[in-house]
Amino acid sequence: MAQAEGHQEHPLQIYFWIWGLLFILSGFSYAVDYYQLEGMLRWSLILLFMFLKAGFIVAIFMHMAWERLALIYAILVPPLCLTVFIAIMAMESDYTFLARLVAFGPAAEIIAPHH
Amino acid sequence: MTQEAHAGSAAVISTGNRGVVADISGDKQAFQVPWGKAMMWIFLLSDTFIFSCFLIGYMTVRMTTTVPWPLPSEVFALSFGGDPIPLILIAIMTFVLITSSGTMALAVNFGYRRNKKVTVLLMAATALLGATFVGMQAFEWTKLIVEEGVRPWGNPMGAAQFGATFFMITGFHGMHVSAGVIYLTVIAWRVGSGYYDRKKGGNYETVEIAGLYWHFVDLVWVFIFAFFYLW
Repeated sequence: MAQAEGHQEHPLQIYFWIWGLLFILSGFSYAVDYYQLEGMLRWSLILLFMFLKAGFIVAIFMHMAWERLALIYAILVPPLCLTVFIAIMAMESDYTFLARLVAFGPAAEIIAPHH
Repeated sequence: MTQEAHAGSAAVISTGNRGVVADISGDKQAFQVPWGKAMMWIFLLSDTFIFSCFLIGYMTVRMTTTVPWPLPSEVFALSFGGDPIPLILIAIMTFVLITSSGTMALAVNFGYRRNKKVTVLLMAATALLGATFVGMQAFEWTKLIVEEGVRPWGNPMGAAQFGATFFMITGFHGMHVSAGVIYLTVIAWRVGSGYYDRKKGGNYETVEIAGLYWHFVDLVWVFIFAFFYLW
């Protein structure tokens, strides 16, 4: 299917399938909120539907599945750095949150009465 | 594609700025796709990092605030006469954008089939759906600013950072949609007027490149929907 010139012509059927799938997955995402699911179940379902939708859009609608491997790596590998960025900022956020609780929270008067 | 242009210059050694470019690039084509497509992908990669910075910034302020975060489910509820339906406007916006992605995917396909009429119609439909999305977003912003009193520096519902991140993230995304509507309109116009038949020998890959941009806008919305509205 993948031609050297990057010519992307595929059967129409596949687009209709993915289109339908994206509708269904969006419906599921909305249902997570509508039925007010909580905690880990809510977060894992949100992430699952999000990654499925994103994957279908990139792979099929943006034709990444049929592109040359060199292009796929060049585009999809760099964003992986973001996982490190997210981890660093999450750790920093935890620290800031604790510092704010200590300095401005209800416990601040107990820890440092003359603050 | 660009191979022919390079083939002739192989024997000639360029000087000046052209020489710098020729030396650094090694005068070779790295990706075996039309250059326009490779460049669009690299632009989208850089855009990915911009939106990621916004979303990570949002994560940071939401994790660090000691004040409760406003409930998006309630803030974005809308009533059609009866009880407010949670997040309904955002759900409709999501479906509008997915529909536009579908029409765009079909437009690319019909472009490659050299079916000009259907391609233009599908691209016009995509642009119209995009404009609808921006219109609904304008409605959402107006409601939030005028009725709910949300400002970038505070709001009556909870954490002050809610407004700042909301306006920044959805505003930047809305700007991308608006730019996309203009971009698609220009390309559709060129397809319709036969520009690609006259100038590009009937090559419609520009439609696919415009499609990449449009699908990316939809892709970003998937992440905003998950992290900002649902989380």
